[in-house]
Amino acid sequence: MSNIVLQVEDLHTSFFTRAGEVKAVDGVSFFVREGETFGIVGESGCGKSVTGLSILRLLPEPAGQVTGGKIILEGKNLLELSKKEMRAYRGKMISMILQDPMTSLNPVYTVGDQIAEAVRLHQDLPENMVEAEVVSALRLLRIPDPEMRIKEYPFQLSGGMRQRVVGAIAMSCRPRLLIADEPTTALDATIQAQYIALFEDIQAKTNVAIIFITHDFGVIARICDRVGVMYAGKILETAPTRDIFKAPKHPYTAALINSVPQLDKKDEKLFSIEGQPPSLLNLPPGCRFYPRCTVSMDICKEQEPPEVKLDDNHSVSCWRVK
Amino acid sequence: MFGIGKKKAYTGLSRGTRIVRSLTLIIPSIVMVIMIIIALFANLGWIGLPDVGLAPHDPNSTNPRDKLLPPSFIEGGKSDYFLGTDRLGRDIFSRVLYGARVSLSVSLIVILITAVIGTILGILSGYKGGRTDAFIMRVTDVALSFPALLLAMLLWVAIGPGYWTVVLALSILGWAGYARMIRGESLRIRESDFVAQAQVVGASTWRIMFRHIFPNIVNSLIVIMTLQVGMMILAEAALSFLGLGITAPTPSWGSIVADGRSQPGGYLLSREYVSAWW
Repeated sequence: MSNIVLQVEDLHTSFFTRAGEVKAVDGVSFFVREGETFGIVGESGCGKSVTGLSILRLLPEPAGQVTGGKIILEGKNLLELSKKEMRAYRGKMISMILQDPMTSLNPVYTVGDQIAEAVRLHQDLPENMVEAEVVSALRLLRIPDPEMRIKEYPFQLSGGMRQRVVGAIAMSCRPRLLIADEPTTALDATIQAQYIALFEDIQAKTNVAIIFITHDFGVIARICDRVGVMYAGKILETAPTRDIFKAPKHPYTAALINSVPQLDKKDEKLFSIEGQPPSLLNLPPGCRFYPRCTVSMDICKEQEPPEVKLDDNHSVSCWRVK
Repeated sequence: MFGIGKKKAYTGLSRGTRIVRSLTLIIPSIVMVIMIIIALFANLGWIGLPDVGLAPHDPNSTNPRDKLLPPSFIEGGKSDYFLGTDRLGRDIFSRVLYGARVSLSVSLIVILITAVIGTILGILSGYKGGRTDAFIMRVTDVALSFPALLLAMLLWVAIGPGYWTVVLALSILGWAGYARMIRGESLRIRESDFVAQAQVVGASTWRIMFRHIFPNIVNSLIVIMTLQVGMMILAEAALSFLGLGITAPTPSWGSIVADGRSQPGGYLLSREYVSAWW
């Protein structure tokens, strides 16, 4: 088994608002190995993106704060680093791809300049080597004619091409960990498939660990090795992708997979989970999925279920699972 | 332009072409260039040619015999004095040309100072937010609400009249407008994904403020700066007119008007003169 690159232990992140403390991430633990893709899947507002931002320590301060836990990247707890040390980690050790390629490039600089910025910030290269490094980053993302592209401005590129440039910026310093926050959501289906294939290729070449944040089970099935299912700030089930689809243990996971539209069952009514996720301002005392769960028991209402390890890779938090 | 199958990248019009095409830029530019030429070439003493220049006379040389002459195109005027003379017999046309130097340079220096200060504070305020923002904005409010004329008088008393007093008086309050506007722009740009992208890459706060946000507000900045040129010329003239600005005998447009006004026999208030001058 290869090395663990990132280990998140009992991470708590809260937003302090006028209405009170919003526990966006409430005790999340997971790890990612070298060359592995870990998917975080969940509904809107379940804390997926906040988890990603917490790892990078880019929460909108002062409202958002990590209130507990550990984020260990190759033996270093990121939460203990000074702001300056953390800045040196960003881009070099950990990188992130944002959701919208249309707005995540600065309109006033050329593509080459923007990739070069990351290269210059983190690699002590002589100026004449920077361009070669930029071109190689574009090559890694399979962007055609990289020598020509570096002179172009973002508005001259298509959405798919821009997202590749964003990928090139993220990969330009060959980080150990890449956080991809719904990178395919803004792309259309064919470009999505290409982009995901590209990720697999990049991972094979660089052995980077990837955290893939999405709400799309199709994407999960395609790229992730292991998946964490997140609900109201907590990971309810972590399992290899295959097990998540074939043998989900948590009722929420099962319900989610059940609600994915399927082409061969087109006459049936689409399944949906009744109710709404609980308010993160005041979570119910027991299991947070209890109010919407179809197989709940009395104990679910009173006590939060502990995490049960079924084996090394599969763990579930549910009273039904023993 | 988008040739099919052509390998050549479309790079758009050159920057020069785009600017030249806009007539709205050309016409004001011509006016501006004429004013700058007048200011520069009133006399070429500054490049070692004191005898060459547009101004026919020394603006400060008095000639009691020729005092209070009407403009040359009005009956009684001398062809030597295009716009006539003042009560000391100084050539008004030459004074107007020299006055352009003071008015223009005061306005440009003040704009440069206020734009730099206002932009830095505005970006800082908009990007940092929180307490920094609150503090800078309260100071801005004070600056915006303080009467400029009162400040000019205070400075006139405190450090005495002069060129730099005018610059100081206009600069101390002038930055606030920029700070306000630039803050608004920065707030908008701070939320854009490319700023988040720069943070992800590990760029420092200063780098994000001046490499990523600043280039995106230059457009608006240039617009207010150009609007300010006229405002500042007028402000300088107003101060000099009231005697709070440039001191005699240095000509400035404000003090020339004041001179003409204070003189009972002066031509400023006569109907012909007013029509000729304004």
